[in-house]
Amino acid sequence: MQRAQADGAYEMWKEVLRRADVQWIHDEVKASGLRGRGGANFPTAIKWESLPDNGLPRHLVINGDEGEPSTFKDRVLLEGDPHALVEGVCIEAYRIGSHRAFIYLRGEFALGADRVQQAINEARAAGFVGTNILGSGFDLEIVVHRGAGAYICGEESALIESLEGKRGMPRIKPPLPIHVGLYSQPTVVNNVETVCTITHILKMGGAEYAKLGVNRSTGTRLAAISGHVKQPGVYELEFGMTLRDIIFGIAGGIRDDKQLKFFLPGGASFQWLINSDEHLDQVYDIDDISAKLGTTLGSGAIMVYDQDTDPLLVAWRLAKFYAHESCGKCTPCREGSGWIEKVLYRMSHGLGRPNDMDALLDISAGISPDVMKAPFTQTTICPLGPSPVSAVASLQKWFRAEVEAACGTEAQA
Amino acid sequence: MFTDANKKRATEIVALYPKAHSAILPLAHLAQDQDGWLSPEAMDEIADYCDTTAADVQGVCSFYTMYKRRPCGNLVVSVCTNVTCLVVGGPEVLERLEHKYASDHDVFVEEVECLAACGNAPSMQVNYEYHEHLTPESAEQIVEDYKAGRLVARGVSGGLA
Ligand SMILES: Cc1cc2nc3c(=O)[nH]c(=O)nc-3n(C[C@H](O)[C@H](O)[C@H](O)COP(=O)(O)O)c2cc1C
Ligand code: FES
Repeated sequence: MQRAQADGAYEMWKEVLRRADVQWIHDEVKASGLRGRGGANFPTAIKWESLPDNGLPRHLVINGDEGEPSTFKDRVLLEGDPHALVEGVCIEAYRIGSHRAFIYLRGEFALGADRVQQAINEARAAGFVGTNILGSGFDLEIVVHRGAGAYICGEESALIESLEGKRGMPRIKPPLPIHVGLYSQPTVVNNVETVCTITHILKMGGAEYAKLGVNRSTGTRLAAISGHVKQPGVYELEFGMTLRDIIFGIAGGIRDDKQLKFFLPGGASFQWLINSDEHLDQVYDIDDISAKLGTTLGSGAIMVYDQDTDPLLVAWRLAKFYAHESCGKCTPCREGSGWIEKVLYRMSHGLGRPNDMDALLDISAGISPDVMKAPFTQTTICPLGPSPVSAVASLQKWFRAEVEAACGTEAQA
Repeated sequence: MFTDANKKRATEIVALYPKAHSAILPLAHLAQDQDGWLSPEAMDEIADYCDTTAADVQGVCSFYTMYKRRPCGNLVVSVCTNVTCLVVGGPEVLERLEHKYASDHDVFVEEVECLAACGNAPSMQVNYEYHEHLTPESAEQIVEDYKAGRLVARGVSGGLA
């Protein structure tokens, strides 16, 4: 706590209480253009504006479920700077007028949960959390809640179900959680990184923050880079860099003097890119990459694979993940993810059949009718269903010939 | 049954939430840390604290993979084989540990999904404590260190002793 305070922790929280001006927080965050860092990129200030004024208690829920394969940025914040999270939670709770905030962490984050709980205890002892905080009349309790090993609990309505002590199954929307959320009351759900960023925005000023980045992708974000790069890790990136700068500059390029084969620029759930100038010169910009290349920056994970990697094996392992993590509520996802996994298993283990790739496309169409289209369409309640379809679409787009060779398609034809 | 200290703890946990039903997951972690698994009796007791039925608690807990509904020893070793660990040696770590501890009732080796430790892959957790940058040899050494008490383990649900 002493070290955090020496670094300026809780200074902004004190300033917020001193100013007692909710509109100021709102205006700065709106001017900053901050978009959620959990994967959906929704503008945070717009979310706040949708809060209904119906006299019901409001809840703030922080999403620290971080289960998307190869996303590991929130863990760095939780374990490395828990006071920054607590301060951000205080400020956001003040903005929305919530007196009880929940920090939902995936169950495996035992150390993260310990550190955040300790930070809360210290903040309480120092008077930054609790009743009548620093004489302001504002009350806030923060509860750390550990999940128990279910990726789907990262989806905000499933997270709310889980927080209510139920199975983590997504709710049908509308109504959105902002209207009918935790205990059927208005609830703001934000990612760990999003809430931590709010403090920085107030320090810098929203307009100043918006000068960083490009277009509607303002500021910086944490990117988790992994796979066959020389220097994997979590980096703070300014939007607007090229993917080449990120993979070959920041992450040091490919290990062992090998060539890049393909990479996933936005985590496991979205379409892949390959080693081409068009893809590597693409700018790290949420809307631009989606308009030009049909993929997105998702949760900030960048996974990089070298020339010796079998794309079928990666696709199979991802499909296995989604088949395991499907909550079972929607039939197309529950059944379809399992079938995709089975077909990809045989394809990636030397047992592929000549028309397997077409079989995959056919199964995928049951989950996500326009298989190749991005952003995807869906027959399911939540986007987990279409996630393995992104891998299938990527195989079809970039590796059809390699896949056919592996499955003996040409031999038959 | 919860010990007296954990009964007190359970009451405190329930009080953190506007509705007692929300305490099912944290109480299940508490029970699992205490007993080493989540027994039917524990789920009965949790139902009383959370104002619901034992069937409801069982239905909820069976959804979540971290709850072990049969005894699994003192050490839960969770090895990641997801897409980053996959390409840098995770499956080899898993194979070594599964083979070595196949008939050791104290050590439960499981394959898990991404642990958010991909920057230092391959990775595993032992009772939810992270161990990263593994080789099959170093992973085995770590488990041996826990068995011999050279490393102190968390509870089976990741709680501090
Ligand atoms: C299957 C699935 C998993 C998700 N997992 C996470 C997660 O682990 N962490 C997270 O912050 N958001 C996750 N999200 C996004 C949340 O639903 C939600 O959009 C986000 O928490 C909102 O916060 P933000 O606006 O700050 O990004 C997930 C969404 C889906 C569909
Ligand atoms: S893939 Fe193994 S820790 Fe992420």
